[in-house]
Amino acid sequence: MQKFSAFSLARQALGRHLGWQPQWRSVAPKPSYDIIIVGGGGHGLGAAYYLAKQHGLRNIAVVERGWLAGGNTARNTTIIRSNYLFEQSSSYYEHALKLWEGLSDELNYNVMFSQRGCLMIAHNVHDVQVFKRHVYANRLNGIDNEWLTPEQVKAFCPPLNISPNIRYPVLGGALQRRAGTARHDAVAWGYARAASDLGVDIIENCEVTGIDRDASGRVTGVQTTRGPIRAGKVGVSAAGHSSVVMAMAGIRLPLQVNPLQALVSEPVKPAFPCVVMSNTIHAYISQSDKGEMVIGAGTDSYVSYTQRGGLHIPAHTLEAICELVPDFRRLRMLRSWGGITDNTPDRSPITAKTSVPGLYVNCGWGTGGFKATPGAANLFAWTIARDEPHPINAPFTIERFREGTLIDEAAAAAVAH
Amino acid sequence: MLLIACPYCGPRAEIEFAYGGEAHIARPGPGVTEEEWAAFLYLRDNTKGVLAERWRHSHGCGRFFNALRDTRTDRILTTYEMGTPRPDIKEGEAA
Ligand SMILES: Cc1cc2nc3c(=O)[nH]c(=O)nc-3n(C[C@H](O)[C@H](O)[C@H](O)COP(=O)(O)OP(=O)(O)OC[C@H]3O[C@@H](n4cnc5c(N)ncnc54)[C@H](O)[C@@H]3O)c2cc1C
Repeated sequence: MQKFSAFSLARQALGRHLGWQPQWRSVAPKPSYDIIIVGGGGHGLGAAYYLAKQHGLRNIAVVERGWLAGGNTARNTTIIRSNYLFEQSSSYYEHALKLWEGLSDELNYNVMFSQRGCLMIAHNVHDVQVFKRHVYANRLNGIDNEWLTPEQVKAFCPPLNISPNIRYPVLGGALQRRAGTARHDAVAWGYARAASDLGVDIIENCEVTGIDRDASGRVTGVQTTRGPIRAGKVGVSAAGHSSVVMAMAGIRLPLQVNPLQALVSEPVKPAFPCVVMSNTIHAYISQSDKGEMVIGAGTDSYVSYTQRGGLHIPAHTLEAICELVPDFRRLRMLRSWGGITDNTPDRSPITAKTSVPGLYVNCGWGTGGFKATPGAANLFAWTIARDEPHPINAPFTIERFREGTLIDEAAAAAVAH
Repeated sequence: MLLIACPYCGPRAEIEFAYGGEAHIARPGPGVTEEEWAAFLYLRDNTKGVLAERWRHSHGCGRFFNALRDTRTDRILTTYEMGTPRPDIKEGEAA
């Protein structure tokens, strides 16, 4: 692997940048691996990296049906934060946030992690009460989160309109200063490059079409569009296609997929200093380093695998944003798109062993799993390598839906994250 | 936005309707196991293909009905009244 540094950049510049090598090896599948990860998004690529890096395993493949990180990794609005209500969730997301803080160094890859702060705006009495409860719960768990008055909100994010007379007035906000954004593609590419360097095979354009098991029920490999591959263990991290892949091993999951839409504006000069979220109007706003306003909208109500949704969903968000951030009224939107989000009934993920020996699943991240990428990858790797969960992801089982031990962030936030 | 044919009111815009999730999930009787109860409450086929689902015409007649929709294209194949069996329409066939 060519190391990236100011020195290597200067050297390549002298050679007119003709000396750069591909960042990961392009390989055909071998007949057999110790571990196969299904799904080459950030979570799957990261899991392969940590299996190799922290657990010393080498004979690993990541199998991706399309191109690398073309799923929700490429489609999300990249908000990263850890101020979730319940202790189980906040410790999982905080584990991820701590890994984000060192990720560019760890991978020798600039993931452009920017801790510019995430402000969650309250528009009504219910929001105020819920967010204050979050602030107190987070502080008890040692996670930074603070309450801002409307004037403090305005000082932190001047483009916001705090007039009390608008449809969704700003009654205050919860600010996590360590929260922020990162460059989605860079995270996937950085993990792919580092994993490949440790010997992980990254196999693109290879769809898993079946999961093979022996007479005892144990996983023995996968069927793919590029032929069968044997494997000792299979870890499924297929986001929007988790139900489809797990059904190949006879497992039904507590998941429903919904389209989630986002859009970006034309690029403008730096005009929006932080991340602003409003659960009430389903708006998620930040400015990318290219200058585009990145805007996430709400989910469509129905099950769909189309990666698109109805225009009325972003229209609702934009109408509210035009009042909340009047400067945005004259912005032109360049592109809009959708992703398939895999939602659990309690809006908490699953990172766990399954009832099938040798089969593991990491799914249910729904509308909010980008922020978890390093944490989920790290703990999924742990779970696969040791055949038991880490204490942090131990509560995030499939069985919690039978036992009634839900981690009900759905009720806590009332909406997406 | 979907155009949904309410069996009672005819074709209307999606914003008049509320989604009701997967259809034909019968509530199991008393004395069920924890597994059966959890499956009823939480487990879903989450079908990629033709899905039978419930809709409610909440801003119209207020009634529930079922639809068959291909979740790969969002095309609605047919709608039908609650309590009637799932029509035998395969993917690609129109109602
Ligand atoms: C519009 C939008 C906005 C979002 N905003 C945020 C946000 O601001 N903050 C946040 O934290 N989260 C956000 N999310 C959620 C986040 O994107 C996801 O939870 C997260 O990316 C999922 O993990 P992943 O990156 O591994 O998934 P993906 O990148 O989707 O990876 C899964 C991979 O599995 C592959 N796959 C599927 N089936 C098969 C098969 N049979 N064989 C082989 N490979 C297969 C897919 O092709 C895909 O590449 C958003 C999502 C969307 C759609």
